[in-house]
Amino acid sequence: MRTVIAHSKVDTHSLAVRLADESICIGPDEARGSYLNIPAIISAASLTDSEAIHPGYGFLSENAAFAEVVRACSLTFIGPSPEAIRLMGDKAQARQIAKQAGVPVVPGSEEPLKDAEEAVALAESIGFPVIFKAAAGGGGRGMRIVRQRAGAAEAFAACQTEAGAAFGSSEIYCEKFIERSRHVEVQVLGDKHGMRLHLGERDCSVQRRHQKLIEESPAPSLPAETRTGLHRAGLAAAAAVNYTSAGTIEFLVDDDGSFYFIEMNTRIQVEHPVTEMITGLDLIKEQLRIAAGERLGYRQEDVRFEGHAIECRINAEDPVTFAPSAGRVTNWLPPGGREVRVDSHLMAGYAVPPTYDSLIAKVIVRGANRDEALARMRRALGETVVEGVKTTIPFLQRVLAHPAFVGGRFTSADSADLVK
Amino acid sequence: MAMRRRARPGTDAASLVRQLGELLDEFRLTEAEVTVKDMRVRVQRAAPPVLGVPAPPAPATAPAAAGGVVPDPVVIVERPSNMVTVEAPMVGTFYRASSPTADPYVQENDVVKEGQIVCIIEAMKLMNEIEAKVAGRVVKILVENAQAVEYGQPLFLIEPSR
Repeated sequence: MRTVIAHSKVDTHSLAVRLADESICIGPDEARGSYLNIPAIISAASLTDSEAIHPGYGFLSENAAFAEVVRACSLTFIGPSPEAIRLMGDKAQARQIAKQAGVPVVPGSEEPLKDAEEAVALAESIGFPVIFKAAAGGGGRGMRIVRQRAGAAEAFAACQTEAGAAFGSSEIYCEKFIERSRHVEVQVLGDKHGMRLHLGERDCSVQRRHQKLIEESPAPSLPAETRTGLHRAGLAAAAAVNYTSAGTIEFLVDDDGSFYFIEMNTRIQVEHPVTEMITGLDLIKEQLRIAAGERLGYRQEDVRFEGHAIECRINAEDPVTFAPSAGRVTNWLPPGGREVRVDSHLMAGYAVPPTYDSLIAKVIVRGANRDEALARMRRALGETVVEGVKTTIPFLQRVLAHPAFVGGRFTSADSADLVK
Repeated sequence: MAMRRRARPGTDAASLVRQLGELLDEFRLTEAEVTVKDMRVRVQRAAPPVLGVPAPPAPATAPAAAGGVVPDPVVIVERPSNMVTVEAPMVGTFYRASSPTADPYVQENDVVKEGQIVCIIEAMKLMNEIEAKVAGRVVKILVENAQAVEYGQPLFLIEPSR
């Protein structure tokens, strides 16, 4: 198989362009004119006689319209059907689909709340603490966590006012607030012949502003029934949209092992190497085979999970303020050795552009067990050298030494403490 | 794509280069550029990616010495040689005429007006007419008819009329 990479102007000298068999510049640095420019991408595919398009994990990877255009142009989209992307892309609809498939969702209101009275009654029925959320909200605005009945009506009113002012819509939903939640996701694969299976779960509880920083598999200290329940629920959600290709179903897991569906990512994810390390499967190769119409050719019981894998994302950011740190990388010395994998586009002399995501490298390790994987990751991060830009390595090292993380019980609350 | 020449010591470029070099050091910049009258001077630190195979990892001793290994600035002085390029504003197929039987929009040595159509780029079955940004003489046509062009690719070299 030969590859063509469609790239923007600023990425002309990128490692990906060097490694591809062919490259074609499709637009300016700004993603809108290049990586989000559907006509330019289709033109590039046609000029280079490409047969299929892999959308990667950013930009148009979860864009149903793009998947549809690709199909309409008689090209193959390496990913799920546009229908599955569309169904799971709408949060409210995805919640309904999950519920109908018997997958637990976070208890809450299905419709916007009419008034404070209804809000308080609903909060009482699902149990405090609850969170009031603006339907149009985001970035932490238009949100109120309410821990008891007293003050709930006032909080609702304040939330409504804030939402109206900030987003022009004062529609408010109420949801159970899960104080110390873990973020656990299930990896699934489906072929075009109806075979669907899971490749275990990943714990992605170490986050900053909903951005994952460390992922591992298997998820540590999960009750056995929670783990099998998650796998079953993930498969049920995927089956509900006839899912093909690689996909991920995300859940919140609370203190007592109950879990709730949050959303489905209808694409390959940044953290997929964690699963590759313990299953021995190449997920991108599986995506290509599925897109070509091949059968998976193995069953659930053939999937083996061996050892424990951890991934650390190295971002070009200040490790304390997390401010992006673009610039020229003057020195790059990746870690190595047994069971250490590095996925990165870095090279000495490479200028990290300020235009795109700050992720510059993923360090993934595997160990016979979690302790061994942890020790290996500490060693690997310790020998990684990136000079010229600031990186999040010092922050990652702090997390790796955090008692809750070492104990395998790291939650959203610990994440919030660490990035304060 | 402007013509590039090495700076010659003794020209007035020299003092500009020196000043820019100092600014580079002072603010730890990787490059700086200034335009004075008809001269443009850009100073940049050499560290362009090496073409060919990826560079091997630096030896383990390199980190300690990192402070001292910043390469010397490379100096590029650009003097407009009066040439202006028309670049492809999109990826597509380059056509010199409106149809296979029509005459080409322009030939080498033709004089064009600003805004005059000089070629077509077909993208997604749409014919996009490309205009000259300046009035002048078409010195060179850089692309063959019906060839695929990428975004930003130079298509024509035009010598602007004075």
